[in-house]
Amino acid sequence: MSLLHVEELAINFGGISALAGVSFDVEPGSVFTIIGPNGAGKTTIFNLLSRIYEPTRGRMIFQGEDVTHVPPHDIARRGIARTFQNIELFEHATVLQNFLLGRHAHKRSRFLEELFFLPRVRALELEHREAVEKVIEFLDLQAYRDSFIVNLPYGVRKVVEMGRALCTQPTLLLLDEPSSGLSVEETEDMAFWIQDIRTLLGITVLMVEHDMSLVSAVSDQVLALNYGRVLAVGTAREVQAHPDVVKAYLGG
Amino acid sequence: MRFVFKTSYAQDQTMFRDGVQRNWYIALFVGLLLLPRVLPDYTVDLSLVFIYGLCGISLMVLAGYTGLVSLGHAAFLGIGAYAHVYFVHDLHLPWIVSVALACVITAAVGVLVGLPALRMTGVYLTIATLAFALIIQEVFARWEHVTGGLKGKPVDKPVLFGVSFANDVAFYMLCLAFLIGGLWLTLNILRAPTGRAWVAIRDSEIAAQSLGVNLAVYKTMAFGYSAALMGVAGALFAHKVGFLAPDIFSVLLSIQLLLMVVVGGLGSLHGAVYGAVFVAILPVIISQARDAVPAWGGLDRFVKQPGFEPGLFGLILVLFILFEPLGIYGRWTKIKLYFAMFPLYKRATFRRQKTYMRSERLR
Repeated sequence: MSLLHVEELAINFGGISALAGVSFDVEPGSVFTIIGPNGAGKTTIFNLLSRIYEPTRGRMIFQGEDVTHVPPHDIARRGIARTFQNIELFEHATVLQNFLLGRHAHKRSRFLEELFFLPRVRALELEHREAVEKVIEFLDLQAYRDSFIVNLPYGVRKVVEMGRALCTQPTLLLLDEPSSGLSVEETEDMAFWIQDIRTLLGITVLMVEHDMSLVSAVSDQVLALNYGRVLAVGTAREVQAHPDVVKAYLGG
Repeated sequence: MRFVFKTSYAQDQTMFRDGVQRNWYIALFVGLLLLPRVLPDYTVDLSLVFIYGLCGISLMVLAGYTGLVSLGHAAFLGIGAYAHVYFVHDLHLPWIVSVALACVITAAVGVLVGLPALRMTGVYLTIATLAFALIIQEVFARWEHVTGGLKGKPVDKPVLFGVSFANDVAFYMLCLAFLIGGLWLTLNILRAPTGRAWVAIRDSEIAAQSLGVNLAVYKTMAFGYSAALMGVAGALFAHKVGFLAPDIFSVLLSIQLLLMVVVGGLGSLHGAVYGAVFVAILPVIISQARDAVPAWGGLDRFVKQPGFEPGLFGLILVLFILFEPLGIYGRWTKIKLYFAMFPLYKRATFRRQKTYMRSERLR
């Protein structure tokens, strides 16, 4: 059974149909990439999955459960974590605090306990801290642990945001353009990390990406989207050679 | 420059950075205990500083940490004050029970205000809280059975467990104890997951949500907690002013409270306390400076105009927002860094960076 099953997903903004019935399946342990020209509806799919938008029609089944109408804050607890195209980090907090926020879905302490910082809260905090340190080590972010996000370069922020998503210990990781704004070298690092996330951590990755070298390097399946419709699904090579995809990118 | 070498995760949980910092705070505490002896004439003003400090923490949690700016906090202060006085004087409840009840009632009102306010953001929320404060002020004036209406209500000195706190120094100590208690609880909550969730809501609601923060729950909690602190501050405030009247809890007081957190420095508890010192001491300085103003072209008459003080408060607020958005606390960290780095301090360290555009906003 597939990890994520999306069925006839559609959304209209006023008269504009951003997605017109998109269906696809993400297999567990794979890297699934969505490509397409600007405005094709790639990020819209992400926003639907993280329940920021309400779909007009269609269903989303994650791990056998219908998540089409669950509240947005429930998505992280169910095992879906995401990054954002324009980096939505908590800028006036340190990397460590951002990562600890990634642990929010695993919060078990209650308000009154926290008010007096009881030993239980202390112990739970240490547990969170240990989980966070694993991610810091995985992404080699030790040097930035106590830096404030506002003081970090763009490339590092991008990695930190991915790290924050990893702190939620997701089953499915949504990466919205992981390589945008990165240098060639940083993009190569990103490709390695995505492969490591899949093979070492066993997390399924669903990403939106423009850089075709990155896409071909890491993707098991590629889906090409244009004007809210699926053009082609297959391996990177197949999709790139598909006549409709060529037409969508080059015109004709 | 001191550098803390950390060898365990528990070191990140401590309240003080290291032993040196802790000793400084102990020294400050001892100094505050001795202060009424050194400055006996100012003991009354200083207890007001502590009460304002509690108000500052309250508004700091909401505005500085959760990013919800309220212009209605004078109303919460009033609710706390009136509720406390009603319980102590009219129902003859024990003092501490009365304070606890006032705190609970104010928190409940805070939650009730917070619920509809959740749908509003930014300036709309601020306007809504302003409207709330105006309504509550009207309630204070009309609900004569409880509040004494426009005639006002005299307040006796506090009596705890049979011990009278009528003495200025005793009341000073009481206020200090409450301020330290408030700071301790708030520091605890801020280093725990709830406090982090509040900061997350302030910096990016959409990211907070995607990490599993229930915006409605945490915003309501922030409102409730902030109001609860304000309720306790209100109970002390009632004893401090000695006479409750609806016009005390005006919009001007709300603005003063907001001025406090902005001038002190948004986003730090230090700022709340610095702001409290500033707001409580400023009127004293103004009234003393007024008499010293020379009569150049009617300047002395100008500064004695009734609207001069609020005008000055507004001017200070604007100047701080323009030139020192991080407030007194921000200026203090810069001064500290200057000496720590001497002679290598660079002005650009604190230059505000242009942040990347964020298009994916919910609003």
